[in-house]
Amino acid sequence: MSYQIPKFRHPDLPVNDLGYTKAAYEGSISTLCAGCGHDSISGAIVRACHELSLEPHKIAKLSGIGCSSKTPTYFLGKSHGFNSVHGRMPSVVTGAAMANRDLLYLGVSGDGDTASIGMGQFAHVVRRNLNMVYIVMNNGCYGLTKGQDSATADEGSASKKGDANPFSAIDLCATALQMGATFVARSFSGDKEQLVPLIKAAMSHRGFALIDVISPCVTFNNTAASTKSYEFVRDHAEATGTVDFVPMRQEITTSSRPGAAHEVTMHDGSVLRLYEDADTLNPFDRRSAMMALMDHQHEGTILTGLIYLDKNSRDLHDVLQTSHRPLNQLEESELCPGNKMLLNINASLR
Amino acid sequence: MKATNIKNPEYFHKVVDCQYACPAHTPVPEYIRLIAAQRYSDAYMINWYSNVFPGVLGRTCDRPCEPACRRVRVEEQPVAICRLKRVAADNKDDIRDRLPTVPRKKNGKRIALIGAGPASLTVARDLAPLGYSIDVFDNQFAGGGMMRSQIPSFRLPISVLDEEVNYILDMDINATFDVQVDSLKDVLEKDYDAVFVGTGAPRGKGLNLPGLEDARDHVHLGIDWLASVAFEHTDKIGKRVLVLGGGNTAMDCCRTSMRLGGKDVRVVVRSPFEDMKASPWEKEDAMAEGIPFYNNHVPKEFVVEGGKLKGMTFEKVEAHYDADGKRSLIPTGEDLVFMEADDVLMAIGQENAFPWIERDLGIEFDKWDMPVVDKTTFQSTNPKVFFGGDAAFGPENVITAVAHGHQAAISIDLLCQGKAVSKRPPPMTNLASQKMGVHEWSYDNAVAPDQRYAVPHAPLDKLLKDRRLEVELGFDPSTGYKEAERCLNCDVQTVFEEVRCIECDACVDICPTDCITFTANGPEEELRTRLSAPAKELSQDLYVSEALPTTRVMVKDENVCLHCGLCAERCPTGAWDMQKFLYNVSGTLA
Repeated sequence: MSYQIPKFRHPDLPVNDLGYTKAAYEGSISTLCAGCGHDSISGAIVRACHELSLEPHKIAKLSGIGCSSKTPTYFLGKSHGFNSVHGRMPSVVTGAAMANRDLLYLGVSGDGDTASIGMGQFAHVVRRNLNMVYIVMNNGCYGLTKGQDSATADEGSASKKGDANPFSAIDLCATALQMGATFVARSFSGDKEQLVPLIKAAMSHRGFALIDVISPCVTFNNTAASTKSYEFVRDHAEATGTVDFVPMRQEITTSSRPGAAHEVTMHDGSVLRLYEDADTLNPFDRRSAMMALMDHQHEGTILTGLIYLDKNSRDLHDVLQTSHRPLNQLEESELCPGNKMLLNINASLR
Repeated sequence: MKATNIKNPEYFHKVVDCQYACPAHTPVPEYIRLIAAQRYSDAYMINWYSNVFPGVLGRTCDRPCEPACRRVRVEEQPVAICRLKRVAADNKDDIRDRLPTVPRKKNGKRIALIGAGPASLTVARDLAPLGYSIDVFDNQFAGGGMMRSQIPSFRLPISVLDEEVNYILDMDINATFDVQVDSLKDVLEKDYDAVFVGTGAPRGKGLNLPGLEDARDHVHLGIDWLASVAFEHTDKIGKRVLVLGGGNTAMDCCRTSMRLGGKDVRVVVRSPFEDMKASPWEKEDAMAEGIPFYNNHVPKEFVVEGGKLKGMTFEKVEAHYDADGKRSLIPTGEDLVFMEADDVLMAIGQENAFPWIERDLGIEFDKWDMPVVDKTTFQSTNPKVFFGGDAAFGPENVITAVAHGHQAAISIDLLCQGKAVSKRPPPMTNLASQKMGVHEWSYDNAVAPDQRYAVPHAPLDKLLKDRRLEVELGFDPSTGYKEAERCLNCDVQTVFEEVRCIECDACVDICPTDCITFTANGPEEELRTRLSAPAKELSQDLYVSEALPTTRVMVKDENVCLHCGLCAERCPTGAWDMQKFLYNVSGTLA
């Protein structure tokens, strides 16, 4: 078995604004099962970061426990990383983000790590609108412990073991909408054309951005009776309008597809273009988004694409009015303003 | 694009760049793996069947395989294929018991070979084991042709040449040396079933410049002079030597001059350095011996004083290239340059000549007075007469002569069996999975950056004292192993089976060189622009699958595929497999 990726790269790889090829955003060779959807998501993250010309040292990738949470080793090898406790990635990100708002926080989690052990943490990080990207690699099973049904497995869906799941599923997108999320999207690991622009948009969003990515488990949950198999998702996915993402530095040219229904200027100045198909979804209206999710669930199809975006999102830093400079850039005199200041504060509370 | 037909043997053959570029199509990666496994005799035999003279070629081959090597496209320098061949030859055991046996009882067919160079000897080797009675005629005292007369001993020791020539002559070949064939008619009248002409390109070209008549004693044709050194008629040369010409013969002339007493030896060439015909490594080796090159100098006159050669004058020129890349040499207008010389060697080209072939034998000659020879069968317009090597289409090299010899032998065998020579036997191919376990391959699939290793040379002061001392010492086995490990195993093919593919993208994500794309089909030119990485190298094919369930197709750009097997390792369904493709040009020997 190969334990290293050869160092040679294609001689004509495109370079981004920083002069980097895609290789600068890659990680170690994956040790996940061959064909795992998670590896495709890793590939999409690499592409998105490269295309956005992000500086690798300005990204922090954090994860919990599970197959999904192993993946940060397989991308962004030159970025900061923290593999935290099961289901506790949101609180670690919260701490990191509060201390240093200059980094881009990329949380990677799975359906077990998010919808079971981490459900409480997930709910609260959503409602606080922490400025982060939260990617769920959702395979509907516990792949690391031999494929038991997870909390996102659809009722009636059967994995390799063959028994239909008797419990109703948690829809993470609907949950996030309910909790007040300001960016909600769903995608499929096998559709990078959709996933890459969504990741780019999520990275430019100010606030909490959830992407629930259905990612088939080839080993335990890619069966004919599973609703999270490659074949089922391909047959049942219905995309919202397609998304074009135009980074801030890139001039908007006519080579982009005309006829965008909406152009949204993101917080960092980049532009998100939505092309609506004949769909009833209004992605700027939370009620419409929730209705669309329920309608598709009712029809037995999977709604993918950008589901909801709050253009006026205020993230946790805005709400708490935190320091604009990271804590590690503050002087001691600013961090410990001294006895006089303490006396003033105490006096103001009397 | 239409789906690639991988059943066509030429498709995968082309992926093995080195083998494809080799005139004899030697299965290079196969023998390199055997060298890495220290199975030198096995590696040697693969070569011997394919190119007949592994020891000779491992030192002197023109190596068309090396510029084609995939390593050039991902790193910089090709695998030292040629010098690895020598590792096999140097380290092999006695292989005589592995050579094909020659039947005592002959098949009754008699073949005459004119010339005993690489082409003729190949024909002899290919036909003798089948029971043909073979008569060889050559004007030198021993076999080998130009390998003996023109390649200096410091590049090719006589012992190496003798060994490989004798493997063939010992196959019950009836060789007559020191005989000049001066009439093909006489040969044909002896009722041979076929005659093969492998007389090379024996006539050196000269320059008829003013002063030549008076200077003649000190002006020599390069190939004739090299032959007279090889045959020990000449053992010294003047202190100041001018070598005219920029090809490999010029390189051999100047280096030999240095060994026979030349002190101020210069190579003077009309063309710029980059345009010189000599192989880059031959130029390097000459320069390493301290020989200066004077480029852009056109010879004008032999300067003779008092009946004695004093030197030569040259006109300085500049090369200009028009839009089509056609070169013209335009004088700079500077004064003529004078260079002193005691001897001048002219190595400006050679040609074949057939004054000994009567023109009424049914052999058609073209307007350049060259025989008309079929490029596939090597048959002339006289069905019994075949040509090969330099005699067929002008000067080439040893490996091309060998390739000609193989094909001519097939033709002669077909002719003698009363079959059509135009019906060529297909190549022998084999495609076999290299999977050993879940993620184990039978070949060393790991690929690492590693620059080409240099072959060590003997010390220069010793070399210049002994023209027979071989310059290159060859790789020792451990360096040979390291160099062998640079081979990318391009013959282990990535074989894709559509029906197994679930389009999970795992292969696309893992491929280190972005060779694989799943996308909508389209015309090739347009498809090449929208792959994972642009496919600009048009000489390299795209491997296109049948339509997959999503209507997309798998497109693989063969250009910089490392054959690392990661696509197959990461494939959950075995749609990708690494399969070794063996391609053997058909021959008369199985």
